[in-house]
Amino acid sequence: MVVSTTVRPGTDSGGAGALEDDRVLAGYRTMVLARALDERCLSLQRQGRIGFYAPHAGQEATLVGSALAMEPEDWVFPAYRELTVALVRGVPLQAVVDQLFGNASDLCRGRQMPNHFAFRDQNFVSASSPIGTQITQAVGAAMAARYRHAPIATITYFGDGATSSNDFHAGLNFAGVFRVPTVFLCQNNEWAISLPRERQTRSSTLAVKAEAYGIPGVVVDGTDLRAVHAAVRSARSRAVAGEGPTLIEAQMYRFGPHSTSDDPRRYRSDAQLEEARQRDPIAKLKAQLLAAGALDEATDQRLWEEARAAIAAAVRQAEATPPVEPLSLFEDVFARPTPRLEEERGEAGAQLRAEGR
Amino acid sequence: MTEITLVQAVNRGLAEAMRTDPDVIVLGEDVGVNGGVFRATEGLLKEFGAERVLDTPLSETGIVGSAIGMALYGLKPVAEIQFLDFIYPAFDQIVSELAKMRYRSGGQYPCHVVVRSPYGGGIKGGLYHSQSTEAYFCHTAGLKVVVPSTPADAKGLLLSAIADEDPVIFLEPKRIYRSATGEVPDGDHRVPLGSARTVREGRDASVFAYGAMVPPSLEAAAALEGEGISAEVVDLRTLVPLDEAAVLASVQRTGRAVMVHEAARFCGFGAELAALLAEKAFYSLKAPVARVTGYDTPFPYALEHVYLPGPERIAQAVRETVRAS
Repeated sequence: MVVSTTVRPGTDSGGAGALEDDRVLAGYRTMVLARALDERCLSLQRQGRIGFYAPHAGQEATLVGSALAMEPEDWVFPAYRELTVALVRGVPLQAVVDQLFGNASDLCRGRQMPNHFAFRDQNFVSASSPIGTQITQAVGAAMAARYRHAPIATITYFGDGATSSNDFHAGLNFAGVFRVPTVFLCQNNEWAISLPRERQTRSSTLAVKAEAYGIPGVVVDGTDLRAVHAAVRSARSRAVAGEGPTLIEAQMYRFGPHSTSDDPRRYRSDAQLEEARQRDPIAKLKAQLLAAGALDEATDQRLWEEARAAIAAAVRQAEATPPVEPLSLFEDVFARPTPRLEEERGEAGAQLRAEGR
Repeated sequence: MTEITLVQAVNRGLAEAMRTDPDVIVLGEDVGVNGGVFRATEGLLKEFGAERVLDTPLSETGIVGSAIGMALYGLKPVAEIQFLDFIYPAFDQIVSELAKMRYRSGGQYPCHVVVRSPYGGGIKGGLYHSQSTEAYFCHTAGLKVVVPSTPADAKGLLLSAIADEDPVIFLEPKRIYRSATGEVPDGDHRVPLGSARTVREGRDASVFAYGAMVPPSLEAAAALEGEGISAEVVDLRTLVPLDEAAVLASVQRTGRAVMVHEAARFCGFGAELAALLAEKAFYSLKAPVARVTGYDTPFPYALEHVYLPGPERIAQAVRETVRAS
């Protein structure tokens, strides 16, 4: 179900442009992989094998549905809960897991905490921890694409908390003024660490904020893969047709903690979580697929087993991969190290040798 | 070659870069129709059109954030922050994003943005049109910081900054935007980043300055000559990467160092220079390193003549340094 505040999306669940059945099933498979990875990573962090993790359970329909609606040549400006989007865009599971371990195969060279990915080959731009900064960047990339006459759109992901940030305002305002091809996808998972959505803003919805920037705002059920796909596909179509940006508020619930560093029982009730779990996007889609005869219990069981096996293999390989080379610390600060960095590299190298490391 | 002002040289540098490279885009507040509040972007809208000269809404984080997005996509944006005093809303984008993009992505996403901004006092601009906060940017790994003091350097360093592969904070001394005049080569004139310039040679002490502090340092050196003190004046031109070799060579010759900047003293650039000399030129020093700087107060309006280093304060510091040994 798609509810629009100011524009009716061109495609609706089941309407023209809807997701084909085989892509829905592929999407379901990715959702299963994402959930299984989430569960595995939480335990890897508890065991001290990875340093941190930001789970996305409850958000899989939005992550997969939106990613399926974009094209490979589009650009993604993620926050830090979007590894599933990278998987849909063809990033190998191994590359994701290597980043979580920060090993020598990590494309980011062990520079960032887990979940802060960058995958250039898939136009998945580097994520950071400051909230909302990617929003204005997505707008700038869209301006650049239009300047180059490239028929693409950019999509940026952020949470309900980010709608209070400077860059949300600046980004949506610039996007409205310059009429850029950007899709703003707000994953409203109800909680910004400990702050509930209703304490973030007095607005009736987050999508309604679009009105102030002169752009369409859309509310969509973020637990419904097809609905999210339809809303994002419609926003992308508008963007590449030169009709400007769209703000989409996908409503869902964050099942897990904000990250492995917090305990949600301090600020929210088990009853609320249990109620939200009734709208589990994976259970919902599974029921639809079973009812439609596109999936049976045995196949579903196999999907979970395959996902867990793939993850186990990727974790084994990541742990067998050497750590990052210590003196790579000094690379990529600039295109070429400055004399000062060369000097510091020499100093650190001598120290490591002296310590026998 | 014709004699032009420093701000005209900036303008010519921008126009030259835009003529030779269609990826160069200028954006900022009032940079288009108005040609910039100091006229640094005068005529660019007319020559290059609204696709390449973007008058933006009043948001520094929007300006730098969108410039970062453009750069990631492959353009070479030159963002103007109207006064350095107003850069703080963009500080998160500059420090958390621009400076770290290449590093945090393991080299996958270079991010080359030039952020131009007029800085410094002496124009009766008070607290919010006078600040020199270059140290914030020098302290941030991943940023290059450039400060020209002459028209030829303004154009030459700007063209090098735009051609560079790394983010550059390009600070323009607005106090001498029009008073600094000189001949500027036509065409693609470049001055390499990371290279200091000895403006005046001397034997007894080295005066290190940049931007708007270079002219009063030269005045001081001229006055000292009459007293029999030979002061060398070195224009650092690039603060990051610093031309350490030039700094050390000068002090090894003169044995004395005076650092001049209008920014506040505590944790200012002079502190780094003094530390560098203590680490690498200690045995060449005949006297303690002196600093002539703005005071550790906010930038004043009515009393800026007290706050700002002038030729007499600089000359006095050199005299004391020479007398010390």
